Amino acid sequence: MTFAIEALNVEKRYGALQALAGVSLAVTEGEFFGLLGPNGAGKTTLISIIAGLSRASSGSVRVMGADVVSDYRRARRMLGVVPQELVFDPFFTVRETLRIQSGYFGLRNNDAWIDEVIHHLDLGAKADANMRTLSGGMKRRVLVAQALVHRPPVIVLDEPTAGVDVGLRQGLWQFIRGLNRDGHTIVLTTHYLEEAEELCDRIAMLKAGRIVALDSTRNLLETFSGLVLRLRLDRATLPAGLDAEIITSDEGHFALRLRDYNALEQVLHQVRAAGATIMELELEPPDLEDVFLRVMGTGDTHVSPVLPLEKH
Amino acid sequence: MGGFPTLLYKELLRFWKVSFQTVAAPVLTALLYLVVFAYALGDRVRAFEQVSYAQFLVPGLVMMSVLQNSFANSSSSLIQSKISGNLVFMMLPPISYVEFFGAYVLASMVRGLVVGTGVLLVTVWFVDLHLAALLWVLAFALLCSAILGALGLIAGIWADKFEQIAAFQNFVILPLTFLSGVFYSIHSLPPVWQAASHLNPFFYMIDGFRYGFFGVSDFPPLASLAVVAVSFALLSAACLLLLRSGYKLRQ
Repeated sequence: MTFAIEALNVEKRYGALQALAGVSLAVTEGEFFGLLGPNGAGKTTLISIIAGLSRASSGSVRVMGADVVSDYRRARRMLGVVPQELVFDPFFTVRETLRIQSGYFGLRNNDAWIDEVIHHLDLGAKADANMRTLSGGMKRRVLVAQALVHRPPVIVLDEPTAGVDVGLRQGLWQFIRGLNRDGHTIVLTTHYLEEAEELCDRIAMLKAGRIVALDSTRNLLETFSGLVLRLRLDRATLPAGLDAEIITSDEGHFALRLRDYNALEQVLHQVRAAGATIMELELEPPDLEDVFLRVMGTGDTHVSPVLPLEKH
Repeated sequence: MGGFPTLLYKELLRFWKVSFQTVAAPVLTALLYLVVFAYALGDRVRAFEQVSYAQFLVPGLVMMSVLQNSFANSSSSLIQSKISGNLVFMMLPPISYVEFFGAYVLASMVRGLVVGTGVLLVTVWFVDLHLAALLWVLAFALLCSAILGALGLIAGIWADKFEQIAAFQNFVILPLTFLSGVFYSIHSLPPVWQAASHLNPFFYMIDGFRYGFFGVSDFPPLASLAVVAVSFALLSAACLLLLRSGYKLRQ
């Protein structure tokens, strides 16, 4: 089976600094894959190695089966990358930028597709404007367009919505979802965890150059998050021996972490049995931010096999 | 077909879009040198028999313009792309390091030769000039613009800041071109400085180029051609090795 992206034991050292300490992962074709982690975890380094912008100290990466070093021409044709920084060439217009980028891939009669990309990304009004005159959001869209000019089956987006306003962000996600529906594999890094939770089929979490969690989004939520129960009681202390982990406790306001919904019944029973009255109750479903904080905070590792699980 | 034709086109379009600065300005500078030096020194200096000082000066100015602009093109284009970050657009596509080298050096040659031709076209209005050996002129113009294009590429790869390129231009390229015999024949120098001039590779470029115009030179033209050809081979090899290693371009 050919994976869209397959990394095997990728290490990257900059002198004494180890940016990646043996990363292995496989992204299946058609997947929407999230790569999360705090700043400096190695996300951009990993993307740079996948894209051939940087060379791994050891290990190997394949894109659609093509090694990014020994078969770089094929690997790069398969890959579209939207870089994190808002970079542009101030000498050219939007259309020139896209034509040049297309030509770099050896595609010199590509105007029909370029027009389509311009249309879909709503760049038509600015197609002949110099890149310098574009707003940040517009420049971001041109970066996406540049990554698509050669119709790559695999698209990597490195924090594509950083600093982008809400309206544009929604539009961008709609567009990228559409690409995914059409069969493109999407790999995404983002700081907005709700985005990753909403979009990604599977998620890898990186910490200090290692993968500390790699699983389907649903499994991650179930495994790590649990439920958060917020209570206000008619007293300042909780009954002893509750079947839950206390997160905060503040003069009658309590936040408790529950393993699952079964634990809810148990805890409510224990509270009532102690004679306490519940004044307010709120139940928060699992969310990825919670997963993220717990995985990053405790250093717990939960790594599923390198091969992806079946999609949910 | 790979990305080479487009990368070459992009490099040409880049300087052409700002041709007022990249072509017109250096032509004007060379013309000013001609007017000022020929007027100030015209009666007092005579390098070769049958050749006036103004005539002597023109090929030197043409070659100096070729050298400086070929260097400026590749070095400033690359450092701008590095600093603004848009180098990534050339690193992501399947462009080989040989294609990269070829496109940058060829575009630099075109810029240098366009400026050189411009200087020649403007100065022949003022100075009566005829070619003794066109092939020598072409050979030196092509080789020397390629050398400086490759040198500019090396400087662009190495530099991290604009000011390092400017320093390279002001402390290396400019003194070497000025002291290479653009404005004088090295036979007019004291023996020590004559010998020192032979250590300056730019001397052979100017002297050989000038031979193509007058059929006379300070140094045997074939030997100059050999020096220039070897320089080109060495610098190209160095540049290609740097590009292949990914030095400062792919960490």
